[in-house]
Amino acid sequence: MSTMKFTKDHEWLKVEGDIAVIGITDYAQNALGDLVYVELPKMGRQVKKGEHFAVVESVKTAAEVYTPVTGEVVGVNDNLSGDPELLKKGLDEGWIAKIKMTSSDEMAGLMDQAAYDAFVKTLG
Amino acid sequence: MKTTSLHTAHTNLGAKMGEFAGYDMPLYYGEGVLKEHEWTRSHAGLFDVSHMGQVMTTGSGVIKFWEHVTPTAFNIIPDGRARYTVLPNPEGGIVDDLIVTRLGEGEFFTVINAGCKDKDIAWLKGHLPADVTMDVWTDRALIALQGPEAEKALREALGIDTADMPYMWGMRVGDLMVSRLGYTGEDGFEISVPDDKAEATWNKLLGHPSVKPVGLAARDSLRLEMGYPLYGHDINAETSPVEANLNWVIAKDHMDYIGAKTIVPHLQGGVLRQRVGIRLIDKGIAREGAEIRNAEDIRIGVMTSGGFSPTLKQSIGQGYVDSLYAGVGTKIFVNVRGNNIAAEIAPLSLVPAKTKSMKKKAA
Repeated sequence: MSTMKFTKDHEWLKVEGDIAVIGITDYAQNALGDLVYVELPKMGRQVKKGEHFAVVESVKTAAEVYTPVTGEVVGVNDNLSGDPELLKKGLDEGWIAKIKMTSSDEMAGLMDQAAYDAFVKTLG
Repeated sequence: MKTTSLHTAHTNLGAKMGEFAGYDMPLYYGEGVLKEHEWTRSHAGLFDVSHMGQVMTTGSGVIKFWEHVTPTAFNIIPDGRARYTVLPNPEGGIVDDLIVTRLGEGEFFTVINAGCKDKDIAWLKGHLPADVTMDVWTDRALIALQGPEAEKALREALGIDTADMPYMWGMRVGDLMVSRLGYTGEDGFEISVPDDKAEATWNKLLGHPSVKPVGLAARDSLRLEMGYPLYGHDINAETSPVEANLNWVIAKDHMDYIGAKTIVPHLQGGVLRQRVGIRLIDKGIAREGAEIRNAEDIRIGVMTSGGFSPTLKQSIGQGYVDSLYAGVGTKIFVNVRGNNIAAEIAPLSLVPAKTKSMKKKAA
C-alpha cells in the first residue's frame, strides 16, 4: 500500500487524509515476543513527534512506542487492553492509536515499505 | 562468552540465546515464553542450568563448616536431605542463596548461583577449616526437569525410579547426582551429569512425550509466581534473611553462624522493611525498580522483581515495603512511568506451590 510509512523504531503508520493510524511492525513484535499488555494513550492528548505515547509490554520487557507525527489523539484501540496479541493482526485490528496531524511535513523523513524492508535486512 | 556443554543442543533447537552471568544461555525456544511456562506447569519442562556452580565438600568437619557459613542446622537432618539456605555476611546481609544437600556425615553437595560462583567459592575457601576439602565441579552439566510429569519422564527416559524419593532430597545414581527440587514450584529434579554425557542425557529426556525445552525467561516467570527470590534483585548483601522473609531457613537454637549478630536481633526484635508479594489490581505491568506508594502517595518501598503471571493472567511481583504495610491484603500503589497503579500486598507465593504435597512414601 503506497500510503504505508515506517520508522526506524519499527512503528508503521497509514495516512488517511490528515489522520495517521499507528501500530508496530512484525519485526518489533517478533523482537518483543509474547505480548501481555498495551498501555494506551488518552483520547484528546496532544502528542509531539518523537514523544512516547504508548507502551507495549511483553513477557520480557517494556517497549515504548513513539509517535512519528505531531497532533491530537483522536482514536484509541481499546480492544488491545483486553487482548494485546491483537497487535499482531496489523492494520485492521492491531492499530494502537489514530492521530490527527497538525502538519503533513513530518511524513517526509519516513520510510516506505521497500526502504523499511531494506532497513530491517541490515539489522540481521 | 562462556558456554555450557549443551550449547550446540540449544542452537540446534533454534533457541533464542542471550547472555546470563557470562554464559550464552537459551532464553526461550520456538514456542515462546508463555507456552513454555504453561508446559512446565502442566507437563514437564527441561532446563539447562549448567551455568550454576556445583561444589562438593568433604571431611570430618563438614557439618560444622556448613553450620558456620549458613544459619541452618545440618547435624539434625538425615543423609540425603537437601536444604535451601543462605550464606550470610558478617553484617547479616546475604552473599548468596543456595541449596545444600547432606549426602553423608562427611559429604555435602551444594549448588550455587551462576552470577555468584566466583564470589561464593572465594567466600567458602576463606572460611574452610583444615578438616574440610572443597572440590568445585567444573566438568559437569546441570539439567533441571520440572513439572507434574517429571517423575514419570525421568523413569521412562532414564530408567531412574524416584517413587520413594521425597521433595528436597538428593542421591547418587551411578555417576549422576539426582536431586528432587527446583526453582519452579513444581515437582521436579536437578540432574548433575558429567559434561561428556550431558547432551545424550538431555536428548533422551527431550525424546519423552511429556518433555519440552524451556528457557531462562520462563524459568524467571515460574519462580516469580512462587515468590522465590532471585539473587542480586530480591536479595543481596544488604538484605538480611529476616527482611527477606526467609526466617524459615534459620535454625532457632543456632547462634554462632556468620551474621548471627545481626540476624538473631532481627528475628527477635523485628525488622523495619520486609520482602512481600505484590499483586496488581488495575491493569499494567510493574517491574523491578517501580516505587511502592501508600494512599497518600508517599514512598513506602520498591519492587525488586515484577512481571506478567501466565497462570494468573495479571501482573505480579515482589519487593520490600515498610513493615507497617507488609500485611497481606494491604492496598498499595506501584508507580510505573509516573502513574500509580492500584495493587495489594499478597503472599510471597502468588500461585500455590505443588512441591509440598510430596510425601515420603516409604521409610
